[in-house]
Amino acid sequence: MTVENNYPITEDLISEHGITPDEYQKILELTEREPSYTELGIWSAMWNEHCSYKSSKKWLKTLPTEGPRVICGPGENAGVVDIGNGEAVIFKMESHNHPSFIEPYQGAATGVGGILRDVFTMGARPVAAMNALRFGSPDHPKTRHLVSGVVAGVGGYGNSFGVPTVGGEVNFHSRYNGNILVNAFAAGIAKTDAIFYSEAKGVGLPIVYLGAKTGRDGVGGATMASAEFGEDIEEKRPTVQVGDPFTEKCLLEACLELMKTGAIISIQDMGAAGLTCSAVEMGAKGNLGVELNLDLVPVREENMTAYEMMLSESQERMLMVLEPSKEEEAKAIFVKWGLDFAIVGKTTDDLRFSVLHQGKEVANLPIKELGDEAPEYDRPYIEPGVHSGLDASEVEEVEDYNTAMLTILGSPDMCSRRWVWEQYDTLIQSNSLQIPGGDSGVIRLVDDEGNPTGRGLAFTSDVTPRYVEADPFEGGKQAVAECFRNLSAVGAEPLATTDNLNFGNPEKPEIMGQFVFSIKGIGEAVSELSMPIVSGNVSLYNETNGEAILPTPTIGAVGLIEDVSTMARVGGAQEGDAVFLIGTEAEHLGQSIYMREILGLEDGPAPQVDLMTERMRGEFVRAAIGSGEITSCHDVSDGGLAICLAEMCMAGNKGMKIDMNSSQPHAALFGEDQSRYVLTMNENYANMFAANAEGSGVFFQRLGTVEGERLTIGKYVSLSVQEMKQTHEAWFPNYMEGKLAAEATQ
Amino acid sequence: MKSTVIQFPGSNRDRDMIAALTKINGEAPNLVWHTDTDIPHTDLIVVPGGFSYGDYLRSGAIAARSPVMQEIAKRAKQGVRILGVCNGFQILTEAGLLPGALMRNAGLRFVCTTVKLSVENADTVFTNQYEKSQVIPCPVAHHDGNYFADNETIKQIENNGQVAFRYAEGTNPNGSINDIAGIINDKGNVLGMMPHPENLIEADHGGNEGRALFESALNVVAGEAA
Repeated sequence: MTVENNYPITEDLISEHGITPDEYQKILELTEREPSYTELGIWSAMWNEHCSYKSSKKWLKTLPTEGPRVICGPGENAGVVDIGNGEAVIFKMESHNHPSFIEPYQGAATGVGGILRDVFTMGARPVAAMNALRFGSPDHPKTRHLVSGVVAGVGGYGNSFGVPTVGGEVNFHSRYNGNILVNAFAAGIAKTDAIFYSEAKGVGLPIVYLGAKTGRDGVGGATMASAEFGEDIEEKRPTVQVGDPFTEKCLLEACLELMKTGAIISIQDMGAAGLTCSAVEMGAKGNLGVELNLDLVPVREENMTAYEMMLSESQERMLMVLEPSKEEEAKAIFVKWGLDFAIVGKTTDDLRFSVLHQGKEVANLPIKELGDEAPEYDRPYIEPGVHSGLDASEVEEVEDYNTAMLTILGSPDMCSRRWVWEQYDTLIQSNSLQIPGGDSGVIRLVDDEGNPTGRGLAFTSDVTPRYVEADPFEGGKQAVAECFRNLSAVGAEPLATTDNLNFGNPEKPEIMGQFVFSIKGIGEAVSELSMPIVSGNVSLYNETNGEAILPTPTIGAVGLIEDVSTMARVGGAQEGDAVFLIGTEAEHLGQSIYMREILGLEDGPAPQVDLMTERMRGEFVRAAIGSGEITSCHDVSDGGLAICLAEMCMAGNKGMKIDMNSSQPHAALFGEDQSRYVLTMNENYANMFAANAEGSGVFFQRLGTVEGERLTIGKYVSLSVQEMKQTHEAWFPNYMEGKLAAEATQ
Repeated sequence: MKSTVIQFPGSNRDRDMIAALTKINGEAPNLVWHTDTDIPHTDLIVVPGGFSYGDYLRSGAIAARSPVMQEIAKRAKQGVRILGVCNGFQILTEAGLLPGALMRNAGLRFVCTTVKLSVENADTVFTNQYEKSQVIPCPVAHHDGNYFADNETIKQIENNGQVAFRYAEGTNPNGSINDIAGIINDKGNVLGMMPHPENLIEADHGGNEGRALFESALNVVAGEAA
C-alpha cells in the first residue's frame, strides 16, 4: 500500500508548524522550490526554538565554557570533564517541561530517559541522576496530581534503568500553576580515551539505526515544546512520548559492549525531532551529506508516512555511523540484547539531506542550512528593573520565633522531601555516599574491579527563582554561587556546571531581558568561581495563557572529592562540638523565606553575592573539611541561619546551644545574606580553626556548642529536635494524602 | 565455594551482587545469561535484583519462564543453595521454587529506604552467622514487595521456621503479611528476600550487616574476607 504524503503547503499549515512568514521565505530560498509536506516538517523540526536555539544562541555564546579540565564543552550530547586517573565525568541537564505538564508520568519518565541516553551515547555508564522539579501552588487543583505523576515517572524510569538519584530540588509557586518544570540531570563516567562523538566521518559509510522501533508517539513534540500553552492543551497529549526503561537499559549495555569493538565511527541519540535531528546533526557537524531510506527503518505501526517517521519522537533509539568491517560483530551484540539493528542509509559527499520512502525521494534539502546555519535572532530586550533597598528595620518582627521556626520548617518549600526521594532508588550501584537530603549527593569512584579509589564525585542542582525574578543578574550569579557552596560544604572542589535555562516567551522584551541578564550573572559567576558551563539546555515559551513562569535558570554542578574519608555531612555533629559560622550576622531580608512564609510578602531586592568573598570562604571551608577535623557542615541558604542550624540538628539528631543577642533578631535568624556556612568540630580543634580563619582573612564567629536535644538560639528560639523533625517531615505526606485539603474545607 | 549470578535483560543489581560476592568470597562469580541452559558447577546461585524483561507483566513472571530457570529448578532439587534478592525473590516465587507471591506495595509507590530486619531463623545455611532475633538495618528498594500467601501456606511456613527475616520495629515498608521480609523453602536451600544485603557490606554503605548472609551462604569465616 502506498502511503499518501502530499498536502498542499498553505499559510495555515506553515503557521501550524510554528514557522513565521519570514522564516518561510528563507526556507523557499534554501529549498529552491516549494517544500514538500515532509520537507516542511523537517524544516520546522530543525528550526524550532527547542532544536535551533535561535533566540538564545547569541547569548549562550557569551558563557565561559573552557577550563583546564574541560575535554568537551557545549554542542555535543553532553559535556566532558577530566577527573584524573584517565577518567572523565560526562554530564548534562535537560528540561522536559511541556510534556510533563500534559502527561506527568510519561513526560517525566522520558525526560529522565533522554538525559541518560545523552550521557551513555558518549560512552559513559550513568552513575548519578538528579531532578529539579517545580510545581504550581499546593492548593492549585492540578498540583497534587502533577507531583504524584512526575515523581512516579522519574522513579519509574530511573529505578528500572538502574541509576541512583542522588539529589535534586522540589519547589512550589503559583507562577508554575500552568507550566511546571521538570529538569533532569545525569552524569556518567568514561575513560578519557574512549569518548564517542556525533560528528560523522567518511563518505559512503553505513548509517545504522539502533534500539527500539519507530512509532507515531511524539510526532511534533519539539515544535510543541517551542510554543506557549493555551486552553487546547489537552489535545496535545498525543505529542508526548512513551518511555520504556527496560529497552533503554538493554540499549545502554548493548552500546557499551559495541563501543569496545571499534565498530562506532560516530553516534548520536534520537531525542527531540528524532530521526531528523540526529541525522542532520551528524552530517552537518561532519560536513557530509546523509541519505536515509525509510523503508529500512524498523517500525511498530503500519502505514506510517515519511512525515511521521521523520518527526516521531519514539524513545530509546540511536543512530550511528558504522565501521563496515564490523557489521556482523555489531549486529550480534544487538541481537543478543533483543534490539533492532538496521542499516538505514549512508553518508554522502554532497551536503544534502535526502530521504527516500517507497521508492520516491520525499526530501532533499541542504544539510548545513538545516543544522548549524539555522536562523539566529537578536531579540529586543528591556533591562530588568531592580527593587530599591529594603532595610531590615522596615520589615516587621514577630513576637514568637518558635512558632515562626515551626511554620517555616513545615512549609511546602522548606519541609523534608523524603516523600519524594524515597520513591527513587538512591542506593543502586553500591557507591552512594550521600543521598538526597544533604548539601550535595556524593558517590565514590571505584576502579575497574569495583574497588573504592578513595575519591568521590559530588552533585548539586540549584537556583532560587524568586531572587532571579527580583534581579535576574544577581539571581543568575546566586544560582551558580549556591552550587559552589553546596559542593564546598561536602568538601568537593567545584569542577564544572551545566545550565538548564527555563524562561517565558522570548518574543516579549521583558522576558528576553530576564534571560539576557540571568546569563550575564551566570557567566560572571562561573568565570569567577572557575566552574565553566560544559553543557546545557534552553526551555523558552514556558507560559500558559500569557503568564510566564518565574525565571528559572537551573544550574547543575559537579565537584571532585580527593579523599572521601574527610567528606562532611549536614548531620554528624557530636555532643560538645564547637559550632562556628563562616560569614557575618545577617541583615538582608528582601525576598527571604521569612518574609514570604511569615509575613506573606514577596518583596525587596534579592541578596547580592560578592564572588571574591564567595570564592575565599568556599576555599577556606574546603580546606578545613580536607583536614578531617570537621564533624558537620551546612551552607546557609533559604531560611537563613536559624533554619540552617535546625536542619543540622535534625540531620544529626543533636541539639545546639547558640548564643545570639541582636538588635534585629528577625534578620539575624532568617536573613539570607550569601556566602555563609556553619561548621562543627571537636572543641579541641576550635582554637586552631579560629586561628586558621583569622589567618585566611575569612570572617567567622563562634556560635555555640552542640549539646542536648534542643536547639536554643539566645532568648529567641527553644525547640526540641523531635518537635522540629515531626513538623518538618509531616507536610509532604499529609499533603499528598489529601489531609491538608480536607482540613482546609472543614 | 563457587558462586554464580544469573543475568536477565533488565537485571540491574547484578553488578552490586557481583561486587559483593567478589569482595566476600575472594573470587568473582560465574555469570550466566538468561538463555543459557547449562550452569557450570556452582555451590551458590544468586538471582539478583532489577526489572527482568521490564517487569511490565507481573514482576518476575516472564523471567520465571526463561530457559535458565529449568536448570535452576534442577539444581534446587539437587540441594544447591539458591538466593533470590528483590526481583530474584519475585522470580523464585513465580517459578514455584518458593511459596506465596509479591504484590504491589501497600502504599502503591516504589520505596527505597533502610528498614530493620529481625533474623527469625538463624539455623539456615544463609543465616547461621547471625544470632536468632538479632535486629539489623538493611536497605530496601522495590515497588512489589508486599508478600502474600493463603492462610494455610502462612501457617505452614510460620510453623516450619521458614520465615528467615521479618521487618522489625514498625519498619514494614510494603504491607507484607506478618511483616515477612524473607522466606526459605522447606528443604532449607532456597532463600528469597526483598531487602538488599549486597548494599550493606562495607563502611561506605553505612554498615556491613549484610555480610553475614553471604558469609553464611559461602561458608566464609566472618572477617576473613579477601
